[in-house]
Amino acid sequence: MTLIYENILLAVNSLLANKMRALLTMLGIIIGIGSVIAIMTVGDSLTNSVSSSMESMGANNITVGLQQKTEKEEVNESGAVFGSSKKGSGLAQEKDYITTQMIEKLCETYPDSIEVISASETVGAGQSKTGNKSANTQVIGVSAGYFVANDITFLKGGAFSKRDFEGAKKVAIVSDKFVDNMFDGNLEDAIGNEVEVKTNDKYITYTIVGVYKYEEASFGFSTMSDKDITTSMYIPLKTAMNINHTTGFSQFSVVTKTGVDSVSFVNQIERFYEPFYRNNNDFEISAFSMESLVSTMMDMLSTITVAISVIAGIALLVGGIGVMNIMLVSITERTREIGTRKALGATNGSIRLQFIVEAVIICMIGGILGIVLGVILGNVAATLLGYPASASASSILASLTFSMTIGVFFGYYPANKAAKMNPIEALRYE
Amino acid sequence: MGTIIQLDNIIKRFYIGEPNELQILNGISLSVEEGEFVSIVGASGSGKSTLMNVIGILDRPTEGNYILDGVDINAAKDYELSKIRNEKIGFVFQTYNLISKTTALKNVELPMLYAGKKKKERIERSKELLDLVGIGERLKHKPEELSGGQKQRVAIARAMANNPAIILADEPTGALDSQTGRMVMDLFHKLNKEQGKTIVLITHSNELAEETQRIITIKDGNVIEERKGMGA
Repeated sequence: MTLIYENILLAVNSLLANKMRALLTMLGIIIGIGSVIAIMTVGDSLTNSVSSSMESMGANNITVGLQQKTEKEEVNESGAVFGSSKKGSGLAQEKDYITTQMIEKLCETYPDSIEVISASETVGAGQSKTGNKSANTQVIGVSAGYFVANDITFLKGGAFSKRDFEGAKKVAIVSDKFVDNMFDGNLEDAIGNEVEVKTNDKYITYTIVGVYKYEEASFGFSTMSDKDITTSMYIPLKTAMNINHTTGFSQFSVVTKTGVDSVSFVNQIERFYEPFYRNNNDFEISAFSMESLVSTMMDMLSTITVAISVIAGIALLVGGIGVMNIMLVSITERTREIGTRKALGATNGSIRLQFIVEAVIICMIGGILGIVLGVILGNVAATLLGYPASASASSILASLTFSMTIGVFFGYYPANKAAKMNPIEALRYE
Repeated sequence: MGTIIQLDNIIKRFYIGEPNELQILNGISLSVEEGEFVSIVGASGSGKSTLMNVIGILDRPTEGNYILDGVDINAAKDYELSKIRNEKIGFVFQTYNLISKTTALKNVELPMLYAGKKKKERIERSKELLDLVGIGERLKHKPEELSGGQKQRVAIARAMANNPAIILADEPTGALDSQTGRMVMDLFHKLNKEQGKTIVLITHSNELAEETQRIITIKDGNVIEERKGMGA
């Protein structure tokens, strides 16, 4: 123990006596460890950014929609692939659509997994006008679950009643921007009032029953002024289907109950609808969840992180070889010292220990400096990316251990060479 | 008084089995008694360095027996030689061979460190020895901050650290001017007289050898003369 302690002091002394060389030796380790830490931090930051933006889009939403059936890839005689050719006309007909009955059946089959169903039917863009006031809207028929699935906040009034849905009432929920433009922002005034909206060259009058808070899209930005902004006006789903003379949807979304594995539920939904479309030549049902998309992206990110870390690991390896090189030089320089120590009674083991300790200390100090550098770089990069992240304690500990292992590994050969020196020759060395 | 060094028909050959095989020591027999101050004299090429390496067990003889302070060197395993060197031999080199970058105190501590002595004991003994050689006030000085004579005194203190059976001094005054060389020789006489230390001085200088109690002259790998010196 005393020998190790003395060797540590000795190693620190010899490093201090050769500061510039020690720093240059450490450089490889510093860069290697620093880049590993920085890359891992940036990787964490990217993961955070992806998962938080996906969550804002509703990670536990499953989108179920029509998808054209594809035939197997055709291979011609020369072996070239003609891509996947699509069957059918490409446009969904009334007979292909997902009916309300089909959705209801799904709900009855999986009551434990489904929180709400969100379906919508777009009537179209239109304008509402009274006197000199006007507002642009997009009229969308929605199911009861739509408001839950899309996190819509009501400022006044509330969602449609069951009577509104079943009776296909001409009622509407408008945005606060719409109220700003049409009722000078007076929410009380808006509720119960009627608005006439022109969509597809038809004038339809709706009674306002609720006002929701308009949220700006999280992606991109609008150059439009509040006056010209187009906001959604929600009407009961059945009302919209009546207006459009349709009985089905091309897609809807399912909000799963918490704790449901949406990735496997996606497969269950696809299997559930398979019999309905078995005889349909053109379309089938496909479902996908944000969660599966997120996990795919996470996989991709972690693969990239691992790949870059491997490159950084190679830098670390080169750094280790640098340490070995300098240790060999240092041993040659200190041949007489080694001879003297042997004459004074140092065993081969204690000489070996001395130089391994020195290599480990170089690598450890390099590792610590690398960690400091990596944490700073990683934090700066992560902050620039907008999703702050810091290196985990375990990764710091792991890199420190790894750098010390490099010290032992690359220090062993030079140390062993020193230990095996012949004391007579070493003492005579000029 | 017992015999400390007992060399019996020591032969040392190099490049054994090769065309350039070389025999340096041709069967040297000599003994040194406890408390003796002996000098081994010889011109360069006489084989005195090889003899010193054998006596200092830095090298094993090819043939012959060597008993150092009751220990049969031939029977000792390689790893045991370090321990024997550490405990029984104190080296003093012509070029001092102090560990640079560490203090005089640390240099004197070194043999005790390898012997596994406790820190407190090491420091006490080192201070005592540095006082004995007359540079007790330069404990914290590094070799580069010391003069040649001071360096050699630190080296002598270091050689004494584990209270060895013999001090083996190889041309200890070779790199010093005559005045400081005189001081180093005086120190050896003092250690021999006051501490009863057995000292083997290897030198090419007859003048220095005359001061010792016995002079052993080596030539071409043989002891050609053994006689009493002025110090006897």
